Amino acid sequence: MDPHLLEVRNLKKTYPIYGNMGKLFAPKRRMCAVDDMSFYIDEGETYGLVGESGCGKSTTGRAIVGLNKADGGSILYEGKELRGLSDREFRPLRRELQMVFQDTLSALNPRKRIGDILEETLKIHGISDAMARREQVITTLKRVGLSEEHYFRYPHELSGGQVQRLGIAGALIIEPKLIICDEPVSALDVSIQAQILNMLTELKKELRISLLFISHDIGVVRFISDRVGVMYLGTLVEETDTEELFEHPDHPYTQALFAAAPDISVRNREFSALKGEQPVRTEDFAGCVFCSRCPYAAERCRKEAPELREIRKGHKAACHRIS
Amino acid sequence: MNLINKNVSAVSEAIFKEQRQLRKERLLASPGLIIGFAGFVIILILAILAPALSSADPNAMVVVERLKPPSAEHLLGTDEFGRDLFVRLMYGARVSLWVGGCVAIFSCVFGVVIGIYASYFKALDHILMRICDGLIAIPGILLAIALIAALGTSSWNVVVALTIVYTPSVARTVRASAMVVREQPYVEAAKVQGFSDFRILWKLILPGVISPLTVQASFIFAQAIISEASLSFLGAGVPAPAASWGNMLQASKLVFSKAPWTMICPGAAVVVCVLSLNLMGDGLRDFMDPRTKGGAKK
Repeated sequence: MDPHLLEVRNLKKTYPIYGNMGKLFAPKRRMCAVDDMSFYIDEGETYGLVGESGCGKSTTGRAIVGLNKADGGSILYEGKELRGLSDREFRPLRRELQMVFQDTLSALNPRKRIGDILEETLKIHGISDAMARREQVITTLKRVGLSEEHYFRYPHELSGGQVQRLGIAGALIIEPKLIICDEPVSALDVSIQAQILNMLTELKKELRISLLFISHDIGVVRFISDRVGVMYLGTLVEETDTEELFEHPDHPYTQALFAAAPDISVRNREFSALKGEQPVRTEDFAGCVFCSRCPYAAERCRKEAPELREIRKGHKAACHRIS
Repeated sequence: MNLINKNVSAVSEAIFKEQRQLRKERLLASPGLIIGFAGFVIILILAILAPALSSADPNAMVVVERLKPPSAEHLLGTDEFGRDLFVRLMYGARVSLWVGGCVAIFSCVFGVVIGIYASYFKALDHILMRICDGLIAIPGILLAIALIAALGTSSWNVVVALTIVYTPSVARTVRASAMVVREQPYVEAAKVQGFSDFRILWKLILPGVISPLTVQASFIFAQAIISEASLSFLGAGVPAPAASWGNMLQASKLVFSKAPWTMICPGAAVVVCVLSLNLMGDGLRDFMDPRTKGGAKK
């Protein structure tokens, strides 16, 4: 079997929790931001990762590009292990693996002109001909709907939507195979969101790039993704094709998430589907991740963690109620 | 730059024009920069042109002329050996600016290298910063005196001693702001884009620490002039009879009740020089950040 473009297996990332003496003593416990997270992305595919704030979506994305070091599991890119690579070993792969940040403006060097920022990326990847670089920058700027006049602008002179386009341009310019989009449209208003999403859809068709699309907005994820993974408290609870997921949400968390999504046709409704907040997941956590907020939680759910298993073809869910 | 000059379209020409305009507005919005720069340039010109402006020997003693108040003949009066104060002030500026400038440049260069590497590499951080802590723990002037006692008195040794005294504080300032810049998303983004550590350090972090550095540099320049004055005052600085603002002040302490101008003039020279440098440092910091808008101070 061909290896997937990116395969994440049992990824684990923990953060230390210190007692009230701060870092003077060894951490009391460790919090699991991501635990036992597995998924894959194929070439040309868009994988949507959805879940509420703090569930570990961004941690997963950042672990893949090596911005934080995962504690366990493996991240395979074209069959190559990425976890544990040093920055130097990772560098050749940067050309194929790029990231778009949520707050793009602060992800751009504020002291440089846009053209210089983009050219710098080309320069470090060994494109030494100045004219070729410049041409490529302008092509990329046009591709994301900016024009060559933005070449000499500073990042802070652009509007929010333009900055986000620029962020995408920055990732696209070296023609990567996989782009991790960490909440790329969350900071934008809805009309601009639509523009950016349309642009992304076109670009990925045209250039055959794979996307890992991280968002908390179900509507956005539905629009752009081929497959969706629903994440809760550091792990996947459900994963399937987009259409299938929206027709048959099986996991109680997914159902609750859909119930909480605003719908234009319903007036004055209450958003009471989910109560409380995510608990802190420590390493000795047992049982189903969702048991503290699940309306159907039974004794078994508190003791034994359900496995993420296939309930229908291509539809995985982790819940004891679904057999 | 030559890349940009090739094939500049009309649009980019307009953008450049607008940005130049913004820069001009920013410059005019900070009168401190202009005043400071002007003051510093005047002092610099006086120091450089000292021999041309006056044929008098700064060290020639005319005992009958001693402690004369300011007059047409002696613009700022004379000191207790009858030496023309204005001429000595100009020659003193040479020494003071030379010492101040060298100390500022050297301590900034070393401080930046130490600070930036310490901020970026955790292992180096502890070693370098503990050494700096050790140096900071010794009172600056005491350390300088000890170093000069070991090295001997000459203006070069004053520079070396003061550089060692001021480098740790630059290193600390640079490290602190470099650590802030290091956590900025654009540094992370650069890492994802494949920047090497070296490139991140010098192309992303260094520009980020320039603004506190310019302030620190102008401060050290000023501080070094004062320190040199203190060292001369204590007899460990530039050896007499060469004029420096510091040993002029020292000499005046015996006679200042009779001839206050002997103290006021070199004192004022130090104040004006330090003030212009600080104004310049402050103004430069605002001017160099492209995000500050022209005319923002309203």
